[in-house]
Amino acid sequence: MASTVASTVQSAAGFGSKKEAVPVSFVGSSADRASRSGIWVGIFAITMSFAAFTSALFVRQGTPDWTHILMPSVLYLNTFFLLASSVTLEISRRSLSAATIIESHSARRAKLWLLATFALGVAFCVGQYMAWQQLRAAGLYLATNPNSSFFYVLTFVHVLHVLVGVAAIVYLLGRLMASHSTFRRSLFENTAVYWHFIGVLWVYLFMLCLVKL
Amino acid sequence: MQESSAQQAHVHAPPQGFWRKHVFSLDHKVIGKQYYALALVAVFTGMVLSWLMRIHMVWPTARIPGLELLSKNGAPAGVMTPEYYLSLLTMHGTLMVFFVLTNAPFAAFGNYFLPIQIGAEDMAFPRFNMVSFWTTFLAWVVLMLAFVIPDGPPIAGWTEYAPLSAVGKDAGPGMQWGASLWGISIAIFCIASLLGALNFIATTLDLRAKGMTLMRMPLCTWAWFITSCIALLAFAVLLPACILLILDRHAGTSFYIPGGLVASDRLQPHSGGSPLLWQHLFWFFGHPEVYIAILPSMGIVSHILINSMRKPLLSAKVVIYSMTSIGFLSYMVWGHHMFVSGMNPLSSLTFSFPTLTITIPATILTLIWLGSLYGARIQLTSASLFAIGFISMFVSGGISGFFLAQPSLDIYLHGTYFVVGHFHMVMGVASLFGVFAGTYFWFPKMTGRYMNETIGKLHFWITFIGTYLIFMPMHYLGLIGNVRRYQSFVNDFMAPYLWLHKDMTIAALITGAAQFLFLFNVIYSRFKGAPAPENPWNCTSLEWSIPSPPPWNNFGDRHPIVYHDPYQYGVSGSKGDFVMQDSPEQIVGSGD
Repeated sequence: MASTVASTVQSAAGFGSKKEAVPVSFVGSSADRASRSGIWVGIFAITMSFAAFTSALFVRQGTPDWTHILMPSVLYLNTFFLLASSVTLEISRRSLSAATIIESHSARRAKLWLLATFALGVAFCVGQYMAWQQLRAAGLYLATNPNSSFFYVLTFVHVLHVLVGVAAIVYLLGRLMASHSTFRRSLFENTAVYWHFIGVLWVYLFMLCLVKL
Repeated sequence: MQESSAQQAHVHAPPQGFWRKHVFSLDHKVIGKQYYALALVAVFTGMVLSWLMRIHMVWPTARIPGLELLSKNGAPAGVMTPEYYLSLLTMHGTLMVFFVLTNAPFAAFGNYFLPIQIGAEDMAFPRFNMVSFWTTFLAWVVLMLAFVIPDGPPIAGWTEYAPLSAVGKDAGPGMQWGASLWGISIAIFCIASLLGALNFIATTLDLRAKGMTLMRMPLCTWAWFITSCIALLAFAVLLPACILLILDRHAGTSFYIPGGLVASDRLQPHSGGSPLLWQHLFWFFGHPEVYIAILPSMGIVSHILINSMRKPLLSAKVVIYSMTSIGFLSYMVWGHHMFVSGMNPLSSLTFSFPTLTITIPATILTLIWLGSLYGARIQLTSASLFAIGFISMFVSGGISGFFLAQPSLDIYLHGTYFVVGHFHMVMGVASLFGVFAGTYFWFPKMTGRYMNETIGKLHFWITFIGTYLIFMPMHYLGLIGNVRRYQSFVNDFMAPYLWLHKDMTIAALITGAAQFLFLFNVIYSRFKGAPAPENPWNCTSLEWSIPSPPPWNNFGDRHPIVYHDPYQYGVSGSKGDFVMQDSPEQIVGSGD
């Protein structure tokens, strides 16, 4: 290779494409972007896990001992709670985007809607617990038949994910209430992405349990 | 609203105190070393287990002094029972695949060097990173508990095939609590690996230094990145599989257990489950796992070979594309582990085709390494010897894959030693050669001292020759019809070939003993090794631009800016025949 080195200092800005120029330290945008990537990668992994559960469900549905059970009616209400919580969280998020200082009117609005989201999230979890109680009252336990097995497993694992979301909302509420502290908006954005995802995931799981293919 | 100013300067404060510095450290380098140490403990445990198995196989009545201390029931008076052989087989496989081949090349070296090679101060989520390691450690503790409980370790093999793995104590010794510990341990391991993979991906995507485009990342960083993408998908499937297994075992469900199953003369109270379901879910993880083990070593070996040859590979881009396509294809081939499971022959064909297709990128990689080596004046260090040894293992072990990929041949060979020879060479030893190469290469960076080259080369030659002596005959024994997983062949049709098994056992004992040379070298050189400068191998990537060992925040207050492709060798730079990635020197005519 007949290369020679010139002493001129090449400008780092001269490296072309828009994709690069990521600052090295954890200031501002790179940390925010990493957490945004992190949440999407996490969502991808959770989706994959439920895809595995789904394929197991399809295999099991093909066996002769499959009995399709009637879903507890409270699940419809729960679905409403979870979808409504996505709406309240979105209102809260948008109010916060408009807020410039933490004591402003819109920031107070954001807090209230976030509180509503928290309440709806908890209501969903309580509602799921009631659904399990209803099934138990009907004599359908985890090991009773393959459909009840899958129902308990899918709903329980999903509720675990909802609880992680609820914990994140509690944390955000705490940060918003302590008005003197600093606040990372990206954390709010990422919680919102995650929360909407578990809402969509629930609708999917509910359909999966309702319908026999 | 303002960004947190505490986050502005560094991702975390300088570590204070013993616990924060050495135990619950947030520093990716300490975490990398912790993974390495855990892998080291696991690999020596696994190796001793393989010694015990090989000794028992050829001298089944031999008394192994002290073995009765490990298990009173499994080895009364120091003589192993056939069931205990299977327990050791299970633990050997599980330790090696999960805690060695996943931890050492990927989690250990990846944690230590990925952030530095892309010019970052730490991983994207240092706390998650710490949690990943300690969760992995917990998984290891849970698995090792199987040795101390009266029930002993499970006998189902590292694949823990249903339905017998799911029914409990009726399936044999170790299957009551040992198998439960196995399931819980692997479920915990999955969570740890998922957190780790997430961290690797976010770090690579978003924390690259200015100028560090994706195509400017060193090949090992690429390999760790692709591996983390594979791990994310694979472990996300194994986790639900383990949850369903645990429920079958303890909650009375029937995901994997069919109706009418009789074990130990007892009708099992289950119905309708599918044993094949476990195999599908397991191998959907299991095959990509092979690439989780081998890809990081491919990256490490490429990195080291280029440095030793002092010239770039024929095409670094093609290496990246090949590794990516291997990662992609790894998800389409899991059924080739199941040709003998009674699958529809059409399914077998469907899985056979992509399996054979994988050999294309694998062959391209091999040709690029060999083509680049052709005519190169390579510096033969312990690191480069192990790198070349890797290629040798990869080719020798990989070629038998061509045979196994074809259902008609695999149906004969599947249950034989042919498969044992194949995967030990191509997945096990090849990957470990990458780890050895990486250790000899990066030790000066990690400790500021060289490893001893004489011991290193001795270690290489014994390991290299020993590996061939152990695993090559397995291929021939497999062709003869030597069944795998059996504890002894003294009294069957294999008796005439017992001499070969005896030779392999002796080779295994010697090769294993040589690994203590390596262990000694690591410990001795850590304290007494010759001091190494900052960049002893005249290497171009960013980790060699910082002191050895690196400070807690890697680059100090410097924000590296990357100006070049990673492998500017064979040029005339101010420091010699290379230009470092963060050197602002302009290389005329390099097309950089």
